[in-house]
Amino acid sequence: MLPFSSILWSSVGKKILTGITGILLTLFVIGHMAGNISLFIGSVAFNSYTKKLESLGLLLYVIEIGLVSVFVIHAIIGISIYLKKREARPEPYMKSGDATGNSQKTVSSETMIWTGLIMLVFTVLHLITFKYGPHYTTFIDGEEMRDLHRLVIEVFQRPSYTFGYVIVMILLGFHLRHGFWSAFQSLGLTNPRMKTIVYGLGIFLSFLLAIGFLSMPLCIYFGLIK
Amino acid sequence: MDTNSKLTLNLKVWRQKNGSAKGKLADYKLTDVSTHMSFLEMLDVLNEQLIKQGEDPVEFDNDCREGICGMCSLVINGVAHGQESSTATCQLHMRKFNDGDTITIEPWRSKAFPVIKDLVVDRTAFDQIISAGGYTSCRVGSAADANSLLIPKDMAEKAMDAAACIGCGACVAACPNGSASLFVAAKIAQFSYLPQGKAERKKRVLNMVGKMDDLGFGDCSNHGECEAACPKEISITHIAIMRKEYVKAAFS
Ligand code: SF4
Ligand code: FES
Repeated sequence: MLPFSSILWSSVGKKILTGITGILLTLFVIGHMAGNISLFIGSVAFNSYTKKLESLGLLLYVIEIGLVSVFVIHAIIGISIYLKKREARPEPYMKSGDATGNSQKTVSSETMIWTGLIMLVFTVLHLITFKYGPHYTTFIDGEEMRDLHRLVIEVFQRPSYTFGYVIVMILLGFHLRHGFWSAFQSLGLTNPRMKTIVYGLGIFLSFLLAIGFLSMPLCIYFGLIK
Repeated sequence: MDTNSKLTLNLKVWRQKNGSAKGKLADYKLTDVSTHMSFLEMLDVLNEQLIKQGEDPVEFDNDCREGICGMCSLVINGVAHGQESSTATCQLHMRKFNDGDTITIEPWRSKAFPVIKDLVVDRTAFDQIISAGGYTSCRVGSAADANSLLIPKDMAEKAMDAAACIGCGACVAACPNGSASLFVAAKIAQFSYLPQGKAERKKRVLNMVGKMDDLGFGDCSNHGECEAACPKEISITHIAIMRKEYVKAAFS
């Protein structure tokens, strides 16, 4: 029997962990986007939604700690795969090319480390701006609660933040385009027919999520949401 | 293209005296290359020319020259075994090139495949992976009766698809990460379909993956470039099978 740690840190173990954490993060991103939709409905809907999340209390903390761990594991393994890749080919090719045949090597797959690192930095900034940003309050039905809606509207008046955000969301789309199908392959769940379906689904989903996320700040910036 | 035409080629060939020397690309001009030649025959012509000039011929690996032994290698214009899909370098023909082409020829590049000389790399790392588990225990001695072990046709076909791997190492050379996953997976998947070797099933996947990791191959990122470069079209579905086998072995 191999020790558990060496199973997890083997080349296959790392893929399995990346796949599982990747799928969890994708589910989170889908949930996050569903939450964003309430912003389109209006300030009351959005603020009530954030209030509901906050009222989860202890459970929210548990979920948050879980999410942070999943994120950190995903990032650490991703970085380690990148470092090992550089070690595995100390002398680069003088001329590079792409093989003619069935390959999933794309701009997406080759930039996973960079899109991933940008998202890591972005997530930290995003939390500082919103979660730990100015605490405005408002009254809804006589109840005092945080006015996150006001903060969001304020932040997306700034062109730098708005367009920075839009670019990061496009990069998220690129990351998911390779990441989604890759997770299934990493978990050993693909066969030739499945692969085509999952690959297509990944492209569709990443497109949908990127558009979904970037439409919100753009709508605010151009005054469609007030 | 006129199939009888002669080509003039500008070759950029990786020359390296030995494993510890620093190598570089050397330029050679080759004229009158028949389009009927194979890529290796073209190199033979180059070598004759070099020998006549009193220079060291270019070392490259080859053996069967019919696409079945896995000895030939070469990264041609950045692509392992060249642009022609599902073709080993020895089966690649000069009619696939154009007059006046510049062709860059490099060895497999991987820490686990150190250069011995010029275009020849040491692929014993693959042998070590096979020794770690790519075998079955069976009674040797007198030959067993051919049909004493029955294998359903579809299983035999699947095992045969995986067994088509010739162990050339193009998957490693083509992989942006320098991973050997396709080669290792082909062997593991092959045995996973067969009754032979069931006894070593768990040990096989754990040991072969462990050996691959120890030898300094990179991690897989599911680029799938290996499958595109593989002369035998080994599918990355086998890598998915290897992972399933690994989980089964590790948690039971
Ligand atoms: S999987 Fe394909 S590319 Fe890799 S060693 Fe086998 S035949 Fe060569
Ligand atoms: S020389 Fe045998 S496969 Fe090319």
